[in-house]
Amino acid sequence: MLTIKLQNDEFCVTLQSHVLYNIIVMSISIKIKKGLDLKIAGAVSQGADSVEIKPEMVAIYPDDYYGITPKPEVKEGETVMAGAPLFHDKKYENVKVVSPVTGVVKAVERGERRKIIKFVVEPDGRAEVKHFDVKTDSAESIKNLLAESGLFAMIRQRPYGIVPKFDVQPRDIFITGFDSAPLAPDYQVLLSGKEKELEQGVKMLSALTSGKVYFSCRPGTFAIPGVEMVEIEGPHPASNASVMINHVAPVNKGETVWVLDAVTVARIGALALNGTPDFTATLALTGSEIKTPHYVKTVIGADLAGVLKNQISESESHKRIIAGNVLTGTAESMSGFIHYPYRQVTVIPEGDDVDEFMGWASIAPSKMSVSRSFPGHFLHRLFKPDARLNGGRRAMIMSGEYDSVMPMDILPEYLIKAILSRNIDQMEELGIYEIVPEDFALAEYVDTSKLELQKIVAEGIDYLRKELE
Amino acid sequence: MKALRKFLDKIKPAFMEGGKLSAFRSVYDGFDSFLFTPNTTSHSGVHIHDSRDSKRAMTLVIIALLPCLFFGMYNTAYQNYMAAGVPVASFWEMMAYGFLAILPTIVVTYVVGLGIEFAFAQWRGEEIQEGFLVSGLLIPMICPIDTPLWMIAVATAFSVVFAKEVFGGTGYNFLNIALVTRAFLFFAYPASMSGDKVFVASESIFGLGNNLPDTFTGATPLGEVATSTGSVVLTDLSNQAISLWDMFFGLIPGSFGETSTLCILIGAAFLLLTGIANWRIILSVFAGGAVMAFIAHTFATPTYPGSMLGVGEHLCLGGFAFAAVFMATDPVTAARTTAGKYIYGFLIGVIAIIIRVYNTGYPEGAMLAVLLMNVFAPLIDYCVVRVNINRRLNRKKVLSNE
Repeated sequence: MLTIKLQNDEFCVTLQSHVLYNIIVMSISIKIKKGLDLKIAGAVSQGADSVEIKPEMVAIYPDDYYGITPKPEVKEGETVMAGAPLFHDKKYENVKVVSPVTGVVKAVERGERRKIIKFVVEPDGRAEVKHFDVKTDSAESIKNLLAESGLFAMIRQRPYGIVPKFDVQPRDIFITGFDSAPLAPDYQVLLSGKEKELEQGVKMLSALTSGKVYFSCRPGTFAIPGVEMVEIEGPHPASNASVMINHVAPVNKGETVWVLDAVTVARIGALALNGTPDFTATLALTGSEIKTPHYVKTVIGADLAGVLKNQISESESHKRIIAGNVLTGTAESMSGFIHYPYRQVTVIPEGDDVDEFMGWASIAPSKMSVSRSFPGHFLHRLFKPDARLNGGRRAMIMSGEYDSVMPMDILPEYLIKAILSRNIDQMEELGIYEIVPEDFALAEYVDTSKLELQKIVAEGIDYLRKELE
Repeated sequence: MKALRKFLDKIKPAFMEGGKLSAFRSVYDGFDSFLFTPNTTSHSGVHIHDSRDSKRAMTLVIIALLPCLFFGMYNTAYQNYMAAGVPVASFWEMMAYGFLAILPTIVVTYVVGLGIEFAFAQWRGEEIQEGFLVSGLLIPMICPIDTPLWMIAVATAFSVVFAKEVFGGTGYNFLNIALVTRAFLFFAYPASMSGDKVFVASESIFGLGNNLPDTFTGATPLGEVATSTGSVVLTDLSNQAISLWDMFFGLIPGSFGETSTLCILIGAAFLLLTGIANWRIILSVFAGGAVMAFIAHTFATPTYPGSMLGVGEHLCLGGFAFAAVFMATDPVTAARTTAGKYIYGFLIGVIAIIIRVYNTGYPEGAMLAVLLMNVFAPLIDYCVVRVNINRRLNRKKVLSNE
């Protein structure tokens, strides 16, 4: 085994090569120090059985596919087959988002200014899935296959974190093979029995870039031939694609890279192997308000009413249902549906029905905080935080808070200020092309001033796209 | 607590828009959010937030100031008894005297400062911000005990309005509010703010303490240094020599809360333990001060009596330690980048000693050094940010050259 070490004070990158299955797999190992693992109650215990749930209703939110301007291909009342398009992108018409089930389009719900909120499909129980003609002879045909089958829309690009521009070839492709977010599902579970699909998926993706395909994972969890393995140690946001990219090969102005999770890679592999896309989704049902956290096998876009039936604890307090994790998920009601990337549902107390006397002065051990002024900080226990802001919104006062949870070569405070002042030159100089809102999630959590950092970043990216395109 | 919550909910409508007392909405909001953690929940982004907020951050600073505050009370009485030449009274009598001596100043700063803050919050339709809770306690602690109250009121009003509110309120000011107050007093009323008349409480209050004769003068050690010729011999009010230990412990004349380096260090330990203050700044201020004091002492000359003082004396005397721990670390006005903090702190230390030693007009330089570096902090940060930007630009150049 050959090891080369490069080190600076923020992280250390080790390049290793070892022989695996008689082929040489290069691997990069990264150790990050900055970040934060939140100690929240309600994780899925290891070895928990997964339950299969057939959804009564399925919905796709176009907003989950940021960057696509949806043009509907179905009307209410029409029958749609699993794998057949619900809508396509206005600019790149062959980039489709497809129905995950066969059934009847129940509603195309619109909001203000007729913006499409969601496509609701009622499954009719048939297991039919649209069959695709798998041609993998050229990059173009693979791309077209992915676009038609709805899998292209599950990829994201840097800059902007949008669904990739169809006509831009990515410099590199980055695959995330673990999730370090609070209570996140274990990829070993999500991908168990899908080794063949993963390999096939990676093979397809390698054809789409002239650069490399990187695959991040915790040390020793995956070994996939044909990709550059990136083993990352350290607290959340270790699994964020931006962190991997920043450490391995940062995005410069004018460059484009693709980002996707290993689950999507397996879906791509399944499509290549079987000719039909795989729309099943394994979810981790987590959070302190879930009776017994466990995995659920269901379908992309499944209704929360079905997924959460008899799962939420019966206490009278208000609940917050989150499609996703507590940092980046979407707040939903029981009548909502799971959201992209379809991996997790979290339920925590809402907290708007709590009257806490002088909470700012509290030294109760149940308070969760990174501040050493709370005794809970020193305790080895799991917390049950609710959705309250725990304070009023203020101007940026404390310094260095964001830095402490940002393991990237980025100056978060200055980037946020550049975004707030809509200064495009400065945003570019400070690295806006390297980040997406989720990279500011932990900073938003620790922020004493309770600023809506992810919203600020999202609006900044919107502004940038509007001005530059 | 439920009864209190019910009461607040009952009176709330009167303070809201259209209510009889809607002109005091900001006051109501301030008290409501003080008494009960607002149960506003997140609408975007993360669903959970850390338990800490700006109220807690400010409260922790106030707690860190308490050792200095209590020591200041005792020391005020101690200096008064020393000056009168009578043996010290019981501990509680001393504390009572010190408390009564400082209370009016604290009340005046809070009433004036918070009054203005409430008015601006009401005018802007914003929530009350906590920033002044700390400034309001810092101001009495860095002023001489006998500063006339009306001067404190004027200076506080000036700094809150012109150093903070005109820039947008807490978080937007670029100068430390407490130090602007102090500087305003220093330059507007020099006769009452320096010299040897104001640093010792000179009147008895409610029968406690002693009336000092009008002719009484009690110079601070740095005042003595500034006026000394030839060799520097520091003495306390009873003409006993002051040892380095005395300077560290703090039973010497000086501004109310600044004299005890020991208590300041206790406060510093608390701030560092709770993660409020930045250790890089505190450490580099002391480092800068030590380096400059060492240089000055190495080239000691009677022309500049301050240069006769040793490193330890410089760090313990006057407002140096207090400025390092409580003023330089103000996150809003300090440098915000990690590298910037080292430079910012170090230069404060160096400049404080330079002013103290080589500008005989000002016996103390800590205040001016912090204010000066407050002004330069954005420039330091600009350079540090530029380094990050250039690294990003170079990365691209390297690629395109390949």
